[in-house]
Amino acid sequence: MLAFIIRRLLQSILVMLTVGLIAFALFRFVGDPINNMVGQDTSLADRAALRESLGLNDPFLVQYGNYLINAVQGQFGISYQQRRPVADLLVERLPATLELSLVAAVLALLVGVPMGVYTGLRREGFLSKVFLVVSLIGISLPTFLIGILLILVFGVMLQWLPTFGRGEVVDLGGWTTGMLTASGIKALIMPSITLALFQMTLIMRLVRSEMLEVLRTDYIKFARARGLTNRAVNFGHALKNTMVPVITITGLQLGSIIAFAIITESVFQWPGMGLLFIQAINEVDIPVMASYLILIAFFFVTINLIVDLLYYAVDPRLRVDKLVAGGHGS
Amino acid sequence: MRPRQSLLAAVAAASLAFASTASAETFRWAFQGDVQTLDPHGLFETFTLGFQAGIYEGLVIKTREGLAAGELAKPNLATSWEQVDPTTWRFKLREGVKFHNGNDFTAEDVAFSVERIRSEGSDMKVIAGMIKDVNIVDDYTVDLITPNPDPILPIQLEIFYIMDKDWAEENNTATATNVKGGEEGNFANLNANGTGPFMVTERQPGVRTLLKRNPNWWGEMEGNVTEGIFTPIGQDATRVAALISGDVDMAYPIPVQDWDRLESADGVRPLTGPEMRTIFLGFDQERDELLYSSVKGKNPFKDVKVRQAFVHAIDIEAIRKKVMRGSARPAALMVAPQVNGWSETLDDRWPFDLAKAKDLMGQAGYGDGFEVTMDCPNDRYVNDERICQAVASMLAKINVKIDLLAQTKSKYFAKVLAQNDYDTSFFLLGWTPSSYDSYNPLSSLMACRRESLGAFNLGGYCNERVHELTAMVQSESDQAKRQAMIDEAFKIHRDEVGHIPLHQQPLSWGARDNIEVFQRPDNVFDLRYAVVK
Repeated sequence: MLAFIIRRLLQSILVMLTVGLIAFALFRFVGDPINNMVGQDTSLADRAALRESLGLNDPFLVQYGNYLINAVQGQFGISYQQRRPVADLLVERLPATLELSLVAAVLALLVGVPMGVYTGLRREGFLSKVFLVVSLIGISLPTFLIGILLILVFGVMLQWLPTFGRGEVVDLGGWTTGMLTASGIKALIMPSITLALFQMTLIMRLVRSEMLEVLRTDYIKFARARGLTNRAVNFGHALKNTMVPVITITGLQLGSIIAFAIITESVFQWPGMGLLFIQAINEVDIPVMASYLILIAFFFVTINLIVDLLYYAVDPRLRVDKLVAGGHGS
Repeated sequence: MRPRQSLLAAVAAASLAFASTASAETFRWAFQGDVQTLDPHGLFETFTLGFQAGIYEGLVIKTREGLAAGELAKPNLATSWEQVDPTTWRFKLREGVKFHNGNDFTAEDVAFSVERIRSEGSDMKVIAGMIKDVNIVDDYTVDLITPNPDPILPIQLEIFYIMDKDWAEENNTATATNVKGGEEGNFANLNANGTGPFMVTERQPGVRTLLKRNPNWWGEMEGNVTEGIFTPIGQDATRVAALISGDVDMAYPIPVQDWDRLESADGVRPLTGPEMRTIFLGFDQERDELLYSSVKGKNPFKDVKVRQAFVHAIDIEAIRKKVMRGSARPAALMVAPQVNGWSETLDDRWPFDLAKAKDLMGQAGYGDGFEVTMDCPNDRYVNDERICQAVASMLAKINVKIDLLAQTKSKYFAKVLAQNDYDTSFFLLGWTPSSYDSYNPLSSLMACRRESLGAFNLGGYCNERVHELTAMVQSESDQAKRQAMIDEAFKIHRDEVGHIPLHQQPLSWGARDNIEVFQRPDNVFDLRYAVVK
């Protein structure tokens, strides 16, 4: 078990290093940061000096190496645009992104699962058809467009919800939250729906197909034969058995939600890490881009690790297989 | 006359009463990007400096009345100035001015600020280069020594903001905020202490910045804003939506395409006006063979006939009407009318004349045309990519096939600027003279690329006489003689088609109906003129 964790941790580090390497290899194609860092009247000599002093003339492997050396010491560089340590910026923006992502994930589950169950049980029902069509829209419309449409309807036309931002936030000692104020909660509604829509659709379709699968199995037939109520059969037996893959997928999707929050954040000017990243791309802010990408890789890797460990805990067969395999090897 | 006067008096009385009763006028506005730093010496960029102008002040200022009268420098922290000898400007400083922290403003602070803009992280070294030395005559008199006779020093000092020496030293920020970080200097990045009418009460970079009226400000404000809330909103669609829904009172820039939407929506309106940014085309006239063209072994742009043919082939009216929605100002010079040195007689465009253009191409030996790649930004100027597309289709009529390479500004500038050895054959660029003076475009765009001049002369246009005139313009104190030099240089450049000026683009802001603002032609928003009704 311990060996497994250590092996996975080592693999995780390898993944993050690779992400960093690819990122630095690509930065050369994003553009030149210097022109965004100085005014138009800054002389060529001053520009050249700045470029040299930031090490932008070095080959990308050297730049990456320098970044890593500093990163190991906890220095993630200084943002070219904001002239502040990148670590500070990410820590500042992290709560907004995590709050949005978690609310979106919960929303996707709370709405997606019942819709999936319903469409699984009432395959031919009118509402099921409606849900399926709506879910098709959720999957096929780009997040950007959904966000703009929501803003247009609820922000501009009805004026119920704010069009941008996070509202009033409360600072709880380093963690800012919008959940404690009315304006903060109102501001959270549209972005979280926008972000949740795709996942909601995914979960609904997953639950539906799992339900259809499970309902055909023998033990459901036996349960019905035993005269159990529909409710007990559907929820006590069928739904419970569909939950294992749903939980796995949801866990894995949490990483994507955090990563894909970029688009939602930029549409709603949501002050999270994704918005920071978009701004960094526009201004070629290399330290911010690099640190964000590696941090997101870290999230993915960690969530994967946790899911793997959960498998270990939940599914005894995995452990048995391992033992048997080990036995053969020796 | 009498009723009108009494009406005026009544309005004045009413507005006075209003001013005293209305306790707080909050003004919320949005721009596409954030103020990059609160450090007044950290970045020489129009928006950042314009925002800081509410917090920090310079020796002189551009006022609404001054600009209307063509006076580019009005008293601010200095009350008067004179050239006591050709290389010495003497400034009398305003007495009784206090910084936000209560410290007195004196000549010491001016001298300190000059030192600070020389420090490593400073992006105001252009200004620092104009000042060789500072002599403190007394507490409220200071001499600035220039390296050469500099007739326009005062008007260039508007964006040189004065910082409190004691505050900077106490907070370990005596040098400008450095991009490379470190403790030194970075306090001023997030904190501000100026003499201006507004004080920063909250700063969340990238999220919002709160300003509050400075109750001890020395001046009298024309606007009535007591509290300002600034939010950057990156997406055009979101910014427009925020304005229409009333989440902000003013927003800019507004895409030209959205003007109709603002006009049809309730409670908001587009605000447009002439901007002094000139958009122009340029040619590589330096290389013996173009980098990106079908013509090999020679450079067609070295032939003045080809350049003239291009000018005649461009239907600027079509661009103005179709691309710019009727709002751009067609230009024949590289400077706008607001710029010192502009001449009405010279600002006379080459006519759109396809027959003549074809004829000139034929004379130059390119009757069958040629192919050339055009570099164009797609997110830097108003409808930049569409202008390039329009130009490409117009040039197709004289058989010039344009391969358009339109890309985001970071990539575009990385390709065409000096650090990449001016890697372009034909390009579109825009320019606002930050000093409001013609010397700036002469030295940056039109002089030959040598002796640290012509840094943005991407095509390497070089005429010895223009180059010579540029140096003369810099140090000529006699306004009439100076104007004659500028005219001569502009005329040569125009006759030779050194560049093709297209137009001055429009300012494109949007505001709620109860808001009045002053639109400066360099796209600076000055909070002190904002009125909430």
